[in-house]
Amino acid sequence: MAAPAEEAAGSGPGSPSSARRRLSIISGHLRGSPWAPGREGPSPSPCKARGAPAGPASGSIPKKRQELLKWNGWGYNDSKFIFNKKGQAEFTGRRYRLGGMVLPTFKEWIEKTFGASLEHKSTSRASLNVNDVPPSIISEEFLQDLIATKISYSQDAEDRVFRAHGHCLHEIFALREGIFRRIPDIVVWPVCHEDVVKIVELACKHSLCIIPFGGGTSVSSALECPEEEKRTIVSLDTSQMNRILWIDEKNLTACVEAGIVGQDLEKQLAESGFCTGHEPDSMEFSSLGGWVATRASGMKKNIYGNIEDLVIHIKMVTPRGIVEKNCQVPRMSTGPDIHHFIMGSEGTLGVVTEVTVKIRPVPEYQKYGSVVFPNFERGVACLREVAKQRCAPASIRLVDNAQFQFGHALKPQVASIFTSFLDGLKKFYITKFKGFDPNILCVATLLFEGDREKVLQHEKQVYDIATKFGGLAAGEDNGQRGYMLTFVIAYLRDLGLDYYVIGESFETSVPWDRVLDLCRNVKERIVRECKEKGVQFAPFSTCRVTQTYDAGACVYFYFAFNYRGISDPIHVYEQIERAAREEILANGGSLSHHHGVGKLRKRWMKESISDVGLGMLRSVKEYVDPNNIFGNKNLL
Amino acid sequence: RASSPSPRTPPPVSPLSHSLFVYSQQKELMSKKRDEFEDILEERRVSSDLRYAMKCYAPVIYKGLSPCKPNAIKSAVLQSEQVQYVIKQLAKETGESPDIIQEEAMEILDEMGHSMQLGAVRFFAFTLSKIFKRLFQRVCVNEEGMQRLQQAIQEHPVVLLPSHRSYIDFLMLSYLLYTYDLALPVIAAGIDFLGMKIVGELLRRAGAFFMRRSFGGNRLYWAVFAEYVKTMLRNGYAPIEFFLEGTRSRTAKTLTPKFGLLSIVMEPFFKREVFDTYLVPISISYERILEESLYAYELLGVPKPKESTSGLLKARRILSDNFGTIHIYVGQPVSLRTLASGRINRCPYNLVPRHLPQKPSDDIQEFVSDVAYKMELLQIENMVLRPWVLVAAVLLQNLPAVDFELLIEKTLWLKGLTQTFGGFIEWPDNLCAKKAITSGLALHSNIARLVDGHVVLNDKGAEDGAVGEIIFKRALAVLMCGTYRNQLLNVFVRPSLVVVALQMTRSFRKEEVYSCFSFLRDVFSDEFIFFPGISLKDFEEGCFLLTKCGAIQTTQQEIYPTDKGSVVISFLSAMFRPFMEGYQLIFRYLSKEAKETFTEKQFISGVRNFVFQLLEKGNTQCYEALSSDIQKNALAALVQLGAVKKKKIPCVDLLEIKPVAARL
Repeated sequence: MAAPAEEAAGSGPGSPSSARRRLSIISGHLRGSPWAPGREGPSPSPCKARGAPAGPASGSIPKKRQELLKWNGWGYNDSKFIFNKKGQAEFTGRRYRLGGMVLPTFKEWIEKTFGASLEHKSTSRASLNVNDVPPSIISEEFLQDLIATKISYSQDAEDRVFRAHGHCLHEIFALREGIFRRIPDIVVWPVCHEDVVKIVELACKHSLCIIPFGGGTSVSSALECPEEEKRTIVSLDTSQMNRILWIDEKNLTACVEAGIVGQDLEKQLAESGFCTGHEPDSMEFSSLGGWVATRASGMKKNIYGNIEDLVIHIKMVTPRGIVEKNCQVPRMSTGPDIHHFIMGSEGTLGVVTEVTVKIRPVPEYQKYGSVVFPNFERGVACLREVAKQRCAPASIRLVDNAQFQFGHALKPQVASIFTSFLDGLKKFYITKFKGFDPNILCVATLLFEGDREKVLQHEKQVYDIATKFGGLAAGEDNGQRGYMLTFVIAYLRDLGLDYYVIGESFETSVPWDRVLDLCRNVKERIVRECKEKGVQFAPFSTCRVTQTYDAGACVYFYFAFNYRGISDPIHVYEQIERAAREEILANGGSLSHHHGVGKLRKRWMKESISDVGLGMLRSVKEYVDPNNIFGNKNLL
Repeated sequence: RASSPSPRTPPPVSPLSHSLFVYSQQKELMSKKRDEFEDILEERRVSSDLRYAMKCYAPVIYKGLSPCKPNAIKSAVLQSEQVQYVIKQLAKETGESPDIIQEEAMEILDEMGHSMQLGAVRFFAFTLSKIFKRLFQRVCVNEEGMQRLQQAIQEHPVVLLPSHRSYIDFLMLSYLLYTYDLALPVIAAGIDFLGMKIVGELLRRAGAFFMRRSFGGNRLYWAVFAEYVKTMLRNGYAPIEFFLEGTRSRTAKTLTPKFGLLSIVMEPFFKREVFDTYLVPISISYERILEESLYAYELLGVPKPKESTSGLLKARRILSDNFGTIHIYVGQPVSLRTLASGRINRCPYNLVPRHLPQKPSDDIQEFVSDVAYKMELLQIENMVLRPWVLVAAVLLQNLPAVDFELLIEKTLWLKGLTQTFGGFIEWPDNLCAKKAITSGLALHSNIARLVDGHVVLNDKGAEDGAVGEIIFKRALAVLMCGTYRNQLLNVFVRPSLVVVALQMTRSFRKEEVYSCFSFLRDVFSDEFIFFPGISLKDFEEGCFLLTKCGAIQTTQQEIYPTDKGSVVISFLSAMFRPFMEGYQLIFRYLSKEAKETFTEKQFISGVRNFVFQLLEKGNTQCYEALSSDIQKNALAALVQLGAVKKKKIPCVDLLEIKPVAARL
C-alpha cells in the first residue's frame, strides 16, 4: 500500500483559482481525461470500468508505471535536477514551477553543505537487468482461475520490480546498484470492488500472499516482500480502481474508489467545484487507499483534517469477507470505531476498495505568506501561540535555519535587475536594520485559504501574533517557495545519489513543551552518530515544525550526508536513522506521525503501544486474516 | 555463622547494567597512563600578581549559551513552572497566600544565589596568589586535563566533581579555572559559610552559591534549589561544582557519596533538556592538609570551631607554615549520555509533564548511585600519593619507633607494591629515597620526628600528664598519621580484604574465601569505596593483584598463600588491622555495654568511653577506634546489614547484633 512519503505539494500562485491551476500544472501533460462532464452524478453500476480498453488509462498513472515514472528514483521521468553544460543546476521538465529554471547558487550550496564534488559521480545502472530479477513462480491452477476472472495481470519483470519497493533510501539504492531478493510473482489490476473480492477469494483458495499496492510512495519498507515468503506473492495494484462513484452535494461527501491518486481526485472533484483538501506531499502519486491504510496527514489538515477526520465510510475486502458500516453518518457510538482498525492497518488486513470522504467547495481565495523570526525558539513560541489561539492557517510551517538556507539555494535566476535589487534591499533590511543573524534566523511559511475577506482578516491575526514574537512578514514569494521546496526535495535525493550523497526524511509528533529539545537533540545526535560512524563531512541535518495541534506539533527532519570513503553507506545510514529514532523516542516523540510503521519501525511498536496494545492488534489480525493472506508483515 | 548475611553465591551481575560501569578493568588498571603535571605557581612567583589579576579574562563558553545576568537567572528560577507549581501546591495545602510563599522563595534564592562579579574574581585572583604562594611550594596540575575540560565546556554542560579534603579545594579550583581562562564554576557550598560575613559575600561574588546542609523536609527549598542548579546547567551558564562526598573528609579517606545533588544535575539530561552532561572527576591531593590537626581533634570529639571570619584570621598563623605540594588531576570528562545508554527506561519521563516533581524511579536511583560510586572511584584512581603516605603506613605498623634505615627500606618496598596495585605515586623530582623521606619528615614534623636514628610519632606532651591526657595526645598523633596512611587504603582494600578473608576462613577454598570477602566488603561498605553489586569482580581483582605481586597462587578451586608472599600478606593484614579491631571493639560495645535503644550521639560517646577505658587498662592498642568516623561507619554498616534498626529520625533502635559481631 502506498504511504504518503512527503506531506504536501504546493506550487500555485496566490490567486483564487490557484489550487486548480496548480493541479493543472502538475498534470498538464496528461492525455485528455476520460471524464465526460456530467459524469459526476451517481454511477452505481459496479464494474463499469470492466472491458475498458487497457490502452488509455483513466487516471494519471498508467498500468505501465515505468512509462511515466522513474524506475529507480522519485517522480516523473522528465522531471529531475541536473547540472547543465555550464555546470549550473537546473530542473528539467515543464510540470513544476521550477521546471526549466537555472538555480545559480545551488551548486555552491551542495559543495559547501556536503563537501561533494561534481567530479565524483556515482551513477546508477542505466536500466533494469531483467536477468537479475527473481523468476515469477505461479501455479498453473491459479493462473487459469485468474484468467477466468478476466482481471488484467502481468508477470513482466519490470512490472513486478516496480511494485517490489517504496521510496526508502535502501530501496532506491538497491534499484540503482543491487537487486531485491524477493519481489512479487505477479501483478494484478482489479478495476472495481468485485474484482478485489474475486482476487482475495482466489488467494484464499490457492493459499497466496497478497500485497496491496497503491501509489508506491511508502517510506517505511511497507511494500518490501518478506524474503522468506514461500507462497506466490500477488501485488494487487489498485491504480485502475480510480473512479469517483458519486458525489453527494447535500451531505458534502463523495464515494471514491480507493486506487485514485491525490492529484486525480482533486482534479476531478474540482470539475464539480469541490475538493477534499487532503494534500500530502506525495499527492501526485499516493492513493486514497494508501492514505487510509497509513493514517495519512495532509498539509492543509488545519482546515480539512487528517484522513481520520475526512473519512465517512470505508469498504474493505478481507479474507473473512467485507467489512463496512451500515450507514454514512458523521459519528456513531457503536463500540470502538471499526474504521480505526482499518486506518493504519498498512495492508495487513485486507484491501480498501471504496471510501466515502468529506468534500468541501473549492476555496474562493488562497494566499501564501511568510514570516522571518530571529531564531528557531521564537518561531516555535509563535507557532505554539497560534495553535493555542486556534487560528492556524490552512498550513503553517516553521523551517530551521539550515532549511531556510537550503530554500535560498534553490532560488531561480532572477529575471530582472530590479528583482535582484529588491532582494538585496530585503536582505539588508532584515539582517542589518533589524539585526537578524542570517545564520540563526528561521522562516515560517503560511498558506491561507477561504473567503477573500476572511483570509485577509485571518492573515492579519496571524501576523499580529508573529510580531509579538519578533517575527517580520517576509512576503508571499518566500512562502510559496517554501512549499515548493518540500516537494521538489524528493527529486533532490536522486541528484544527491549521483554524487555520493544519500539522504532521507523522517517525522514524528511531540508535545509542545518538548519541541525545541527534541529538534536540537535529534539533530545533534545525527551529527554525532555520523562522526562516530566515520562520515567524513558533517551531515546536513535539518528540521521543520510542519503541523500544529492543540497539544503538540509534527516535526519533520531531513538528513543527508556525503558517503565517500564509507564502504557500506546504506548500513551506516540505517544505523544513524535508527539512532535518530531512538533519540526521538527518548525525547518524548512518537514513532510516527503519518509515515506509518511498515517494517522499518516495527521494532519499536511494543514500546510504543505496550504489550497489551500489540496483543489487541494481533488478535484483530488473527480473526480477520488467520492464514496471513495479507502477508506483507508490516506493523506487527 | 548461619545467620551471616553474606551471599554464598556471587550476586547476579547483569552484564548489560554494568558493562559500561566496571570502573577498572584489570588490564586497564595496569596500563593506565596518566598525564604530566605542571606547576601553576611557578609562573606566579616570577611575574606580577596584580597583572595576573587584571589580565584579560574571556573564558570559553558553552556553545549554546545565551549570556544572562545572575539576576535574570534568579527571576527565571522564580518564574519557572517547577517552582511555581510547588508554590501553588504549598499554598493549597497550607492555606497560605501564594504571594507570601513566593516571597519566601525569593528569600531562599537570595540566600542561595550567586552573583558573580568580575571585580571579586580579580580580588580573589590577587589575594589567593599571595596566599597560595605562602602556603604551598607547588600547585601541580595536569594540563592535558585542563585542555580536555576546556573542550568539554564548549560542548556540553559540565559538572565538576572534586574530592573534598579541605576548604582550599574550591578556592583552588576556581583559582585554577581562572588561571586557565575557563569559566568560573558555580559552587554548591555548605551554608555554614554564610556565617563568615565578608568572606561569605566575597565567595558569593566569586561564584559560590549556598545550600543548607539539610533541607530534606522543606519542599520549597528543595524546589528552588533544584531549579536553580538545573537552570544554571541547562543554560550552560557556568560549570556546576559540588562535592560528591558532601563534606570534607576528616580522614583523607573518600567518603561514601551523597546522591541528592548528583540526581539534580542529571535530571536535565534524563528529561532531554540537554543533549548530554559531562561529569568531570577531579582529584585534589594535599601533601599536607591544612586542617589536619583540626580534623584529628574533631574525630576525637572536640567540637570544631564554627567557621567565622575571625576564626579565619586566627588561622593566619598557618600562613607561616609550609604545606608542601598540591596535586590536582582533572580527570577525563565522562559523558552522562554514554553512561546512561541502554540503562534508562524513558517511559516515566515521557508520560508526566517535565515540570512536575517526580520521584525518581528505582532504576534511576540505582543509576545515580552507580554513577556516584564510579565518579568517586575515578577520583581515587587519580589521587596522587606522596612518599610521606607510604612512610605513614610503615610507621603505623612499627610503633612506637622504627629504625630510619629500615623505614627507608620498607618505604621503598611499599612504593613498589603500591605501584603494582595501581597507586599513583608522585616521587618528588627523582629524589633518592632517603632525601624524599627526610623532606617528608621535615614537612610533617608535627606528626613524626627523627630521634637517635629512629623515627617516632611526635606525641609531644604525652610523656607527662595524666594517663587520660597521654592517651588523648597519643590518639591525636595516631589519627593524624593515619590521615596519610588512609590515602592508600582504597587502592589496597581489595587485595587486603582477600588476605584478611584468607586468614579468617583458615581455608584455601575459593568459595569460602569469597564468601568471607563478600561479608567483609559489606561490613566495610561505608568505610571504603566499592562499586555497588560487583563483589565478585572486586574479589577477582584482589586475587589478581595478589597473584601479580606473588603473594598468592590460585587454581580453579583454591587460593594458596605463597612462601615469599608472607611479607605482603602480613603487611596488608596489618594495614587493615585498626579497622578490623576497631569494628570488633565497637561490636563488643554494642553487644555487651549498650542499651537496647540509643541515639547516635549516645552511641559515639559510649564507644569512646568504652575504648578509652580499654586503652587505659592497656587491653587494646587500637587508638583509631576512638575516631568518630570509624564509629559512625560501623553503625551505618550495621544498619545496612540489618543488625541494627533505625527508628524515627532521632532514635536508633538496637535489635540483634550478636551473629554479626561474632563473625568478626
